[in-house]
Amino acid sequence: MPSGVLESILLLMAVVALARPLGLYMARVFQGQRTFLSGLLGPVERLVYRLSGIDPTEEMTWQTYAKALIGFSLVGVAALYALLRLQHLLPLNPQRFPSVGPYVAFNTAVSFVANTNWQVYGGETTMSFFSQMIGLATQNYLSAASGIAVVVAFIRALTRRESKTIGNFWVDLTRTTTYVLLPACLVLALVLVSQGVPQTFRASVQAHVLDPAAAPAGGSKAAGGGAGAEQVIALGPVASQEAIKEFGTNGGGFYNANSAHPFENPTPFSNWLEILTLLLIPFALPFTFGAMVGDRRQGNAILAAMLIIFVASAGFAIYFENRPNPLVAAATADAGGQPMSNQGNMEGKEVRFGPGISAMYATATTATSTGAVDSSHDSFTPLGGLIPMWLMQIGETSPGGVGSGLYAKLILVVIAVFVAGLMVGRTPEYLGKKIEPYEMKMAVLYLLIMPLTVLILSSSAVLIPAALAGISNPGPHGLSQILYAFSSGTNNNGSAFGGLGAGLPFYAVAVGVAILIGRFWMMIPVLAIAGSLAKKKIVPASSGTLPTYGPLFVGWLVAVTIIVAALAFFPALALGPIAEHLIMLAGGKF
Amino acid sequence: MWKAMRLFLVLTVLVGVVYPAVVTVAAMAMPYRAQGSLIRQNGAVVGSELIGQSFANPKYFWSRPSATAPDPYNASASTPSNLGPTNKALTDAVSERARALREANPNATGPLPEDLLTASASGLDPHISPQAAMYQVPRVAAERSLPEATVRTLVDKYTEGRQWGIFGEPRVSVLKLNLALDSLGR
Amino acid sequence: MRPSSNNADPTSAQSAKSVAPAKSAMSNTVLRQAFIGAFRKLDPRREVRNPVMFLVEVGSVLTTVLFVQALLGRGEAPAKFIGQVSAWLWGTVIFANLAEAIAEGRGKAQADSLRRGRLDTMAKRLHRPDRRDDYETVPSQKLIKGDIVLIEAGDIIPGDGEAIEGVASVDESAVTGESAPVIRESGGDRSAVTGGTRVLSDWLVVEITANPGETFLDRMIALVEGAKRKKTPNEIALDILLAGFSIVFLVVCATLLPFSVYSVAATGHGAPVSVTVLVALLVCLIPTTIGGLLSAIGIAGMDRLVRHNVLAMSGRAVEAAGDVDVLLLDKTGTITLGNRQAVAFLPAPGVTEKELAEAAQLSSIADETPEGRSVTVLAKEKYGLRAPNIQGTNVTFVPFSAQTRMSGVDLPNREIRKGAVDAVKAWIGGATGGTDGGAVPGAVEATVVQIAKDGGTPLTVAVRDAHGARALGVIHLKDVVKGGIRERFAQLRRAGIRTMMITGDNPMTAAAIAAEAGVDDFLAEAKPENKLELIREHQQKGHLVAMTGDGTNDAPALAQADVAVAMNSGTQAAKEAANMIDLDSSPTKLIDIVEIGKQLLMTRGTLTTFSIANDVSKYFAIIPAAFAGIYPELGVLNVMHLATPNSAILSAVIFNALIIPALIPLALRGVKYRAASASSLLSRNLFIYGLGGVIAPFIGIKLIDLVLVALGLS
Repeated sequence: MPSGVLESILLLMAVVALARPLGLYMARVFQGQRTFLSGLLGPVERLVYRLSGIDPTEEMTWQTYAKALIGFSLVGVAALYALLRLQHLLPLNPQRFPSVGPYVAFNTAVSFVANTNWQVYGGETTMSFFSQMIGLATQNYLSAASGIAVVVAFIRALTRRESKTIGNFWVDLTRTTTYVLLPACLVLALVLVSQGVPQTFRASVQAHVLDPAAAPAGGSKAAGGGAGAEQVIALGPVASQEAIKEFGTNGGGFYNANSAHPFENPTPFSNWLEILTLLLIPFALPFTFGAMVGDRRQGNAILAAMLIIFVASAGFAIYFENRPNPLVAAATADAGGQPMSNQGNMEGKEVRFGPGISAMYATATTATSTGAVDSSHDSFTPLGGLIPMWLMQIGETSPGGVGSGLYAKLILVVIAVFVAGLMVGRTPEYLGKKIEPYEMKMAVLYLLIMPLTVLILSSSAVLIPAALAGISNPGPHGLSQILYAFSSGTNNNGSAFGGLGAGLPFYAVAVGVAILIGRFWMMIPVLAIAGSLAKKKIVPASSGTLPTYGPLFVGWLVAVTIIVAALAFFPALALGPIAEHLIMLAGGKF
Repeated sequence: MWKAMRLFLVLTVLVGVVYPAVVTVAAMAMPYRAQGSLIRQNGAVVGSELIGQSFANPKYFWSRPSATAPDPYNASASTPSNLGPTNKALTDAVSERARALREANPNATGPLPEDLLTASASGLDPHISPQAAMYQVPRVAAERSLPEATVRTLVDKYTEGRQWGIFGEPRVSVLKLNLALDSLGR
Repeated sequence: MRPSSNNADPTSAQSAKSVAPAKSAMSNTVLRQAFIGAFRKLDPRREVRNPVMFLVEVGSVLTTVLFVQALLGRGEAPAKFIGQVSAWLWGTVIFANLAEAIAEGRGKAQADSLRRGRLDTMAKRLHRPDRRDDYETVPSQKLIKGDIVLIEAGDIIPGDGEAIEGVASVDESAVTGESAPVIRESGGDRSAVTGGTRVLSDWLVVEITANPGETFLDRMIALVEGAKRKKTPNEIALDILLAGFSIVFLVVCATLLPFSVYSVAATGHGAPVSVTVLVALLVCLIPTTIGGLLSAIGIAGMDRLVRHNVLAMSGRAVEAAGDVDVLLLDKTGTITLGNRQAVAFLPAPGVTEKELAEAAQLSSIADETPEGRSVTVLAKEKYGLRAPNIQGTNVTFVPFSAQTRMSGVDLPNREIRKGAVDAVKAWIGGATGGTDGGAVPGAVEATVVQIAKDGGTPLTVAVRDAHGARALGVIHLKDVVKGGIRERFAQLRRAGIRTMMITGDNPMTAAAIAAEAGVDDFLAEAKPENKLELIREHQQKGHLVAMTGDGTNDAPALAQADVAVAMNSGTQAAKEAANMIDLDSSPTKLIDIVEIGKQLLMTRGTLTTFSIANDVSKYFAIIPAAFAGIYPELGVLNVMHLATPNSAILSAVIFNALIIPALIPLALRGVKYRAASASSLLSRNLFIYGLGGVIAPFIGIKLIDLVLVALGLS
């Protein structure tokens, strides 16, 4: 079996098996019902309310809910920006890192609050432990919880009749944090430690290396520097950060190389587990949805639509990455002698993982809005790299980030239901809620923001010399780098074609803006739809009602997802990865 | 806004202080892992079993190419090469590595192992593929004046299969293999 | 207007057939008018109301400028190519305008004929509501609400109003197409008169109830002309979606220019994509097919309704009809034929059927009610009994009275009665002095109960003669459910619409008829106020309710219902409360209206799907062509093997333009509606218009390319 296939199959089985109980558990949590953890965490929840002066029974209109969300996020951005700028004055900075620069601090603050974790810095060379834990990891939690809160409000709106309110943001946020994320991360962090992920407050250790004379090791660098006799190994509280990075679909790594770094991802099993955990909540939420709307079939349909796109994408990515880059093979053969072994595309991959499961990781991390990487996406084959980019460009909906994936998918459902509803001769309705001009306006607004932001910013970048300077791989791949960056930012993914000079002021600011737009400008229409749907009656279903479950609707939803995105990005992709692929086959290089 | 700030502070303490503290305390049950899986020899740390090292001496097995700066295998600044698939810099580097490998391993048989031609994702990859190790056996054996079979046996011994027979790819830890080689010579 | 025929038959396909003459009438003049209209609509101030087509028009202007530039020798591409693209873009706009103009033209033709009937009427305005009073002659357009007019035999009724005095027969064929005259009289449910109709005999004094321009005819004219057509919520929502797609594609095409500039720099060969190609790509991608046909679909939908002789007050009401999921139907006239009929004679023990039939027939000879006549008819048909000619002084007919609740006949040697069982029992008991206990045998009573249970009406027949008084048996009277209605309801059920029967009958009878007719539910012993309650109750649960009504006491329920169809024969109050008026006054019209509403939405949905699905193939045609200079490798995407880059782009543009006129007939006719479940409708439409929409253009573009090559235009 090709590399990674067996693992991927096991992965899918584990995801589906675990997503259901987790989803049903979350449904109980969000509906305020008792769970097996209530005895333990109930007091924590109540303490949080008391200390924050929150009345958990208060109900919010969609406007209040949105204001609370935006207000809370603004506090987060301000706090994180201040913290990074003042890092040199704060404790827990054994490496004595200086203050983080304003562009990077802005980009990072926005990026972490928006659950993007686009990293324009190297973690182990920039961030103090204080910044990592109090600043970044905290936002990993809170941004994930905010995303889930929004989808919970949306689902609640679908189930309410003629109601002005959609729930309480503080409660949704707190419950998600305490009942879902905290316990899950505690367990995962310890399992990761068992695999070798460090959890220590020691900054680094100096190792006396075995081969002090190692100049260019294994011929890695053409011109070797005088490697010292010592290797400084950066350590830190990695495991606690790593766990929420996956569960919260955040993706912001402790180290620059992210989950490719052996301390973030030491073993093949930790790798598999990280993929599993970053997929888990997004794939569990459809079950939560089905349980909360009282019709499991509705959740299953959405899950099926997500799975179809996900599995197909993973299949393509694994296929393309399991084949070596023909140009690399040719370059090896050029010098005469034996040909190159066939291990798949190994540039930018780790031996312990291999290319197959690395492609699966890339698929999972971009199908969710995680953005963690265990390999260099920039070095993927053109079509292997197209898959992650495309998964972001379909709006992070299969399954998407925690919360954001499901609500994005539900917006697509609104569009799908609208057109299909017309086709069966009824004013379209979803779960008994009529889809009318207001919902369409907001849904279309939502769908417009992403492609417009990505395309306009990308096309600006290719015209600005300061932006073009950031391209590290010339030719069509350079266009792919830029497209990838803005697709990733706007969709709050955070992964990158890492060669791009993301630290340049242009990208730090432009991607920061893309992240803000992609997160908050998109949450507001979602909440507006929720508010409007909550006010409506629920039309009872009949055989004249379009069934929003079953293979036909699932297929239609998949088609709508693909068509909406494919039509917007196909031309740009043709000039990027598709052209590059065809040129690569023809032996061209840049 | 006031509520937002208060809640923000409370949750920051919960997930930014209490949570990592709990994990750190619990991780003390696994001190070796929690401290970075460090390998000590005669009391001195020679490396981490998880972090690769650079080897240039022909009597050692060589690690994969690393793109870290300023030196390869800089364990304080992990990075991949990020070279695109159609980037000339990539193919040039591969050609150069292929040339160097052939030159250093004149007696090697079989195809050039791809992992020795391409840079890893972290720049700190501790492993090479078993075939990459086998490829280097004739050179290492010759340099150390050991029978090839002895070295090959050692490689076999240090070849890890898929984790639990399922996960990942077969691999050889370069540092552990070289440490074993050194102790063999002693 | 078409002549209307039998309204009562629900399965009649009359409406569809009647369209034919109107269609042929329109063909030549209307088509010519439409062409002129199509060009007149190019006025950007009008075009801007349709954002999709406006975008195409802007593109047309832009390419025209580029064409002129190319003619002057400074073109970005060969003038021949730009010129052709430009011409076809203009063609796209004109085709879309044509679609709208044809739809409007068909309406106009109807409106004109209506208008002719309205002109030049002179009215006799009275000073006081008294026919003997003096009147002045004024033009009908001068009449305002509240004016009192006198209309005599031969006069045309000058405006909508309410008869306040008199009774007359009126020819309403100008409005309804129904040639048989109808009675209009003051007071009661037949007091409403319609402007443009003609009094045939007698006279009426009428109070005008509509100002000029607001009359029935005026509204109808405005409606069919499409002049006052407001966009419905669904149309607005669809417009938003289409505008959204257009904006995305605008940005997609606009950003392709910088991307291609980058690509030229990156590869060092080729040239950035030309503006002409970008405009061509844009026009091909934006949903021009549905955008161009959208208003035609709406107008045609209204038109179809008018052809069914239904006047809707708004397009919204028509769409609401498509959403209706509960139909309230009156039993009488809609579900059953007007009256109950005798279907069987069930004799008492020891009595032959023939004896019973004979007695029943005798008792009914003078009974002129439909029920009575049906007894006579049944006896004749089943037993060949001819009603004996029994006349003379010794025969007394006893008519039905509320007190006795029986009718019958007294012959010299016997008396026969028929009526409700308890009444008959009392009669027998009285006759025998209460001693003849077994006069109504248990078997008869059982039969009575059984008939009532089955929804029939039992009439017990008894005789008193020399042998004393005794029951002979029972006549089974039954409501006769209309032929085909059951299938119709089954169809509705498949389409997810619940039917509910409203009747004044007792629950047992109602249940039996409901079961026979196949309605989903019924309301027995209903009073008008119950209807209102019932509608509210259903609406509370989220249902959309449709109903038909005619009387003044229906008005509150009509006002409450989501789709309320008033009979044209009904009262003014009912008409005002309704949002549709059925000129045929056919109780089953509601079902047609629902189908028209659904068809309207379906046509929009399917053409939207088709339009968007088309884009897939257009990408395959245009993208490789547009970047052939920069990335010749992209030629693999040219799966259709189109001859040259220019012919590829032209073929896509031409296909995009021609598909609009090709689909005009479908837009006007509407997508075929079959009563079926939503999922089967969806799978069918997705298959035809979705999959078809992906495949058709691949074939079409390839064929056009072949033609272009053959003509040397590529």
